[in-house]
Amino acid sequence: MPERKTVDARGAFCPGPLMELIAAIKLVEVGDEVEILSSDKGSAKDIPDWVAKVKHEVVAVEERDDHWSIVVKRMK
Amino acid sequence: MTKQILIVGGGLAGTIIANGLCRQLRSELRCSEVSITMLGTTDKHMYQPGLLYVPFGRIREHELFRDQRSVLHSCVNFFVDPATQIDIENRRVHTQSGMTHSYDYLVIATGSRLRHDAIPGMTEGAHWFYDLEGARKMRDALDAFEGGKVVVNVNAPHKCPVAPLEITFMLREHFKAKGILDKCEITYTYPIGRLHALEPVAHWAKPAFDSQAIKYETFFNTKSVDPAARTITSEEEVTLDYDLLVTIPPHSGAQVIMDSGLGDGGWVPTQKDTLLCGETNNVFVCGDTTDIPISKAGSTAHFEADTIIDNLTSLILEGRMARKYDGKVFCFVETGLDSGTYVWFNYTTPPNPGPPSQMIHWFKLAYNRLYWLSARGLL
Repeated sequence: MPERKTVDARGAFCPGPLMELIAAIKLVEVGDEVEILSSDKGSAKDIPDWVAKVKHEVVAVEERDDHWSIVVKRMK
Repeated sequence: MTKQILIVGGGLAGTIIANGLCRQLRSELRCSEVSITMLGTTDKHMYQPGLLYVPFGRIREHELFRDQRSVLHSCVNFFVDPATQIDIENRRVHTQSGMTHSYDYLVIATGSRLRHDAIPGMTEGAHWFYDLEGARKMRDALDAFEGGKVVVNVNAPHKCPVAPLEITFMLREHFKAKGILDKCEITYTYPIGRLHALEPVAHWAKPAFDSQAIKYETFFNTKSVDPAARTITSEEEVTLDYDLLVTIPPHSGAQVIMDSGLGDGGWVPTQKDTLLCGETNNVFVCGDTTDIPISKAGSTAHFEADTIIDNLTSLILEGRMARKYDGKVFCFVETGLDSGTYVWFNYTTPPNPGPPSQMIHWFKLAYNRLYWLSARGLL
């Protein structure tokens, strides 16, 4: 089972959820996952867009009451 | 029994906290009810934001430094003896010289460090201004530069989030003043899909870049630099040519944090409101060292430090916390060599930068001097 690290970036204006994800994914092993919690609705698009460009993998996108949970697997 | 406060780190955060506590606990320090000890890595205190001006010759190097002892209140027991192991379970900190310090309250303010070595070719192929040696080399490179492709490359995570924009605008004005702007092509790269992490700042920067013919490449996370071929390549598989590469290197936290098992990447898990480390009730974390999803900036450290001073004082005198940190950050933004703006925000208030003006630039220049009052806990 891959390990999963959660980053709570809810309410973060700067550096913001995607920058937090980029920093966090460097710290996990290939095959492990980062769950990013974001209250910015733009994250539901920005994060998958970046993940596709850099060829990691979106494992799950879930809209919760007041935020999104996006799980990304490091692929390289 | 003397309450022992131990501060690990002698940068801006640790220094403001030490001096602030000395003011608030003056009586207790005088009658030895409280002691304050600081472990630093150097006997010099550097005003890091001043490094921005070094490549352009707009600040003298001696203006960046003061003796740390002259900045600290005389009641602080200051040792240039870096911590090598922080043992929270046993309330002890071990140091490079072999000393062991015990504490009742601990402040971890070990900061961040540049990791250009983490990206192949970056150390050899790039210039940066985030430390003095790098800023000096960049100054020499700018002196010799007569035109070509300039890439300003931003990596995550990094401190001082507006510095990449500032250096870009300042470089353009420098080339213009030197009379070589028509021979220069500036390209700015940024890790996410806009020009700055702060959306309003990104919206402000885009037309400014467009009007000044500054190119940009977003979604650019550096994979490698090839110094021989003078190219930089991203994880997103974009390669740019350069004649002069200016980078904001990725950062990590201090080695002692990693060696002590306190946090991945050297960032300590920190409660965003109390600034307490994890589930502890006597270990505070301040400045770049925290893992709070907030800007790593001097102002962040300053506002956090003010909260910690109040809470530590209150804990010692009244046995309770005084207040919560509201996430406040304030940053000046130099928009050229003679204009500037500013941005502030907190956990609940989004940023909204105003129009640049020469007056705000002057405020920034004034703050470059006033900083020493901040460090001493007077401002």
